[in-house]
Amino acid sequence: MSEFHEHIKVAIPALRRYARALTRDAETADDIVQDTLVRALRSEHLFHGGDTRAWLYTILTNLNRNRLRTLSRRPALAPIKDSDAATGGPEAGGRDITRALDELAEDQRSALLLVVLEGLTYREVAEVQGVPIGTVMSRLARARSQIKAYLDGERPTLRRVK
Amino acid sequence: MIDRDQIVGEDELNAYVDGELPADRRTAVEAWLATHPDDAAKVSAWRKQAELIRARYGAVADEIPPQRFNVNRLTRRSYGAVAAAAAVIAAFVAGGVLGWTVRGVEIARPSDLTRFTADALDAYRLYVVEVRHPVEVPGDQRPHLDAWLSKRVGSPLHAPELDKVGLKLVGGRLLPGPTGPTAFFMYETPSGERFTLYCGRTGDRDTALRYTTGPQNAAYYWVDGDLAYVLSGPPERDKLHAIAQAAYDQMDRRTTPEQGG
Repeated sequence: MSEFHEHIKVAIPALRRYARALTRDAETADDIVQDTLVRALRSEHLFHGGDTRAWLYTILTNLNRNRLRTLSRRPALAPIKDSDAATGGPEAGGRDITRALDELAEDQRSALLLVVLEGLTYREVAEVQGVPIGTVMSRLARARSQIKAYLDGERPTLRRVK
Repeated sequence: MIDRDQIVGEDELNAYVDGELPADRRTAVEAWLATHPDDAAKVSAWRKQAELIRARYGAVADEIPPQRFNVNRLTRRSYGAVAAAAAVIAAFVAGGVLGWTVRGVEIARPSDLTRFTADALDAYRLYVVEVRHPVEVPGDQRPHLDAWLSKRVGSPLHAPELDKVGLKLVGGRLLPGPTGPTAFFMYETPSGERFTLYCGRTGDRDTALRYTTGPQNAAYYWVDGDLAYVLSGPPERDKLHAIAQAAYDQMDRRTTPEQGG
């Protein structure tokens, strides 16, 4: 197995993790990972050294963006908000980190996951997303404050029972 | 001592959480957090988020990847069936959607041709592999099938007889389509090869037969009266064309008298 193939092979578990969190759907995630690998292998001649892992993250991030764009031609479904948590109560798991991620804009979600889940540096994320570091930082800040607001909304105010 | 005038902002707090700060700034931020409980609470909430994300998804990387990710196999098949699912969507949709949406800016709506063809191929791929429940109403109940689907689609339609081109009607079902309820008929050759006909209302008046192809499936699109039809099947152009022509000829004959009344 060539060194290039070896680098791709060792990246697969992490790519699956990233894709799973990015799509929140196991099947979709693995389809995207597979497509990422196929594209990477097909484009071996275009790859002139450098960080294979970051390159794979870039392909995967772009493929997912294309997928969402394709889906957007269909009528948008309204996200489930407060009402569903209200019926089940917080114990029913109405709001959790998965739903908090659902609420984010795609670029914010991808930036946050690349940093906290995949351990990429800001510079690497900037390369993957093709934007300046400052943009990555503001995406992270927005993602975090939105998740915080979402998760904080889960907890009902404690009331003293008289 | 820290410089009291040097305010620690959101960006620096984020960079602190992510270990992106040089040592001297890290010390400064820590000192700042000791005297700014709101920021300290924020930082701890952000760390908690990261822990939740890792707790929820981290274990995926410990799984042994399924065989489908075998690099040698993917290399051998990289031009073949492996990319089919994505490639088919890309091939059929790229023209319409990429031309249509550039960075979220709507330039023009996709045509009925694009929408019907994409949806028909989605339905084809979804049901053609179905062994036990490919249809809702079986082909031996043709009159019922035609009446039911005509009523729901809102326009008289018929499952064409395609025996002459070697196809037997498996049956049909109702599906949501780009313009509303849509009829979906499935046909089969004696060897089990399946073709589907997708049919819904359209305002499109262009009646030319249009061919679209991808690596695994292909489709013919045409309009007859107020209905758009998409015939989907394996990418064999001549065969698809013959079937489309046979179906078209029957529709033409059957719908003409009804348009008068």
